[in-house]
Amino acid sequence: MPRLLEGIEDVVGATLFYYAVSPLLKIAAALVVVLTLIAYLTLAERKILGFIQARVGPNRVGPWGLFQPIADVAKLLVKEDIVPQQAIKWAFVLGPCLVVGPALVILAVIPFGPPSDVTGGMGWHIADVNVALLFVLAMATIGVYGLILGGWGSNNKFSLLGGLRSAAQMISYEVPQGLSLVVPLMMAGTMSLNGIVQAQHDQHVWYVFNYWGLGLAAFFVYFVAGVAESNRNPFDLPEAESELVAGFHTEYSGMRFALFFLGEYANMIVISAVAVTLFLGGWLPPFANQSWAGFLSLSFLPAGLAGFIWFFVKLLAFLFVYIWFRGTFPRYRFDQLMTLGWKWMLPMALAAIMLTGLVKVL
Amino acid sequence: MEFLTTHGAALFFYLFAVLALVSAVMVVSLRNPMYAAFSLLVTFLSMAALFVLRHAEFLAVVQVFVYGGGIMVLFLFVIMLVNLHRLREITKFVDHAPMAVMLALLLVALIGYVFLSVAFGPALVSPAEFVSVEGEVVGNSQAIAWQLYREFLLPFEIASVFLLVAMIGAVVLGRET
Repeated sequence: MPRLLEGIEDVVGATLFYYAVSPLLKIAAALVVVLTLIAYLTLAERKILGFIQARVGPNRVGPWGLFQPIADVAKLLVKEDIVPQQAIKWAFVLGPCLVVGPALVILAVIPFGPPSDVTGGMGWHIADVNVALLFVLAMATIGVYGLILGGWGSNNKFSLLGGLRSAAQMISYEVPQGLSLVVPLMMAGTMSLNGIVQAQHDQHVWYVFNYWGLGLAAFFVYFVAGVAESNRNPFDLPEAESELVAGFHTEYSGMRFALFFLGEYANMIVISAVAVTLFLGGWLPPFANQSWAGFLSLSFLPAGLAGFIWFFVKLLAFLFVYIWFRGTFPRYRFDQLMTLGWKWMLPMALAAIMLTGLVKVL
Repeated sequence: MEFLTTHGAALFFYLFAVLALVSAVMVVSLRNPMYAAFSLLVTFLSMAALFVLRHAEFLAVVQVFVYGGGIMVLFLFVIMLVNLHRLREITKFVDHAPMAVMLALLLVALIGYVFLSVAFGPALVSPAEFVSVEGEVVGNSQAIAWQLYREFLLPFEIASVFLLVAMIGAVVLGRET
């Protein structure tokens, strides 16, 4: 693989390689991994929900139902694509794209593995931006437009109400989510995601365990707000079937519907990836400073791959928790959702920031 | 290829500058408030792109986050909730035309003064100069924090008190009596 890359570099020249070829290859790799993960996440979700509800889950297509995602994708691709006559065409088309696009763009700043000074070769991230933390938040807010446009463009009362609800929900939970990210930012003293993982390495602590529970409080607020941001149970009000048919995607079918679906899962992955990076040490192995746990650093593998494996394991744990939530929690009422967001999450995040500042000064 | 690496930034500047200006005109010229709001969003995002081209990454991301993500979503919220068909028939601002023209001229004069008195140029501030604090190169956000909390602390605090007053005012006005 490295020899192949060097060959490409020789052919196209160093400038083009570092500014175009290398980033494009990384983007392609990240997209392939994440899209495959999303496809199998749908299967995992159905399997785990089946297990929770004492059912079998999908088991007909291929061994243990392993080809089910492929069959689903084929079905969605060949389905008729219906655009309602009264719909506002451009908004109807743009909506699903705006949900998926920003979610996938966030992958650009997430360090999936160690940077180049640890691996000695290529860093396991696409771009190391010095305001990465804010970039994540900014892109997540752009996703709201997809839901609003889709809901409004469908020209359907259920869709419009679903879109409005989702906008209200996402605005409300963006505030505590953004504030909870300030806590790891203060602990690390940098906004670069690579820098935050490096700081956790240097301080020998994952930030979820830092400062006597303050990290845990921030992590809790971040993850709960993240579940609300990705419109998942128990905060899936924008698509509450019993009241709004299917919310903002009532009128969507075929591949456009699949894009909304894809966006939801991409958001789950992004929120989990950010939580892993900020609070659970990113690509760092657990117990790194304990001598008995030396084998956990997987030193027989290349440093980059070992880091990536730890990142991926933590990511999968988060995704499991998401599905677990869906299997066990009932849906909140809208007023309960707002009360939780504004009266509990927001003060909690603010208090965590104040106390972190206090601990840092003392 | 050679052309792109040397003039790429300038090309992007003209692209986003034109986009920002055209969509800004569309904000006031379009009849449908929903389209106007989306034009405004395009203006904000183009501005953010211009900030990136000037190496002000922090400002760019905050622009997207605050204006794009927060304020525009609230605008859309209001537009979707009010009855637009009745709003469209109302002719607005006709009585205020002389005042509006005066204010517009004043604004043009102000911008023109700044434009003429400051030497503009693509390489006026080099990125390295912008992110240096006491000779040490730091990140974009640190450089801004340094400016805000050391050089311009008083104006910054005054602005924040204004915002607090406005916020309390909004809560008081919005409360049911």
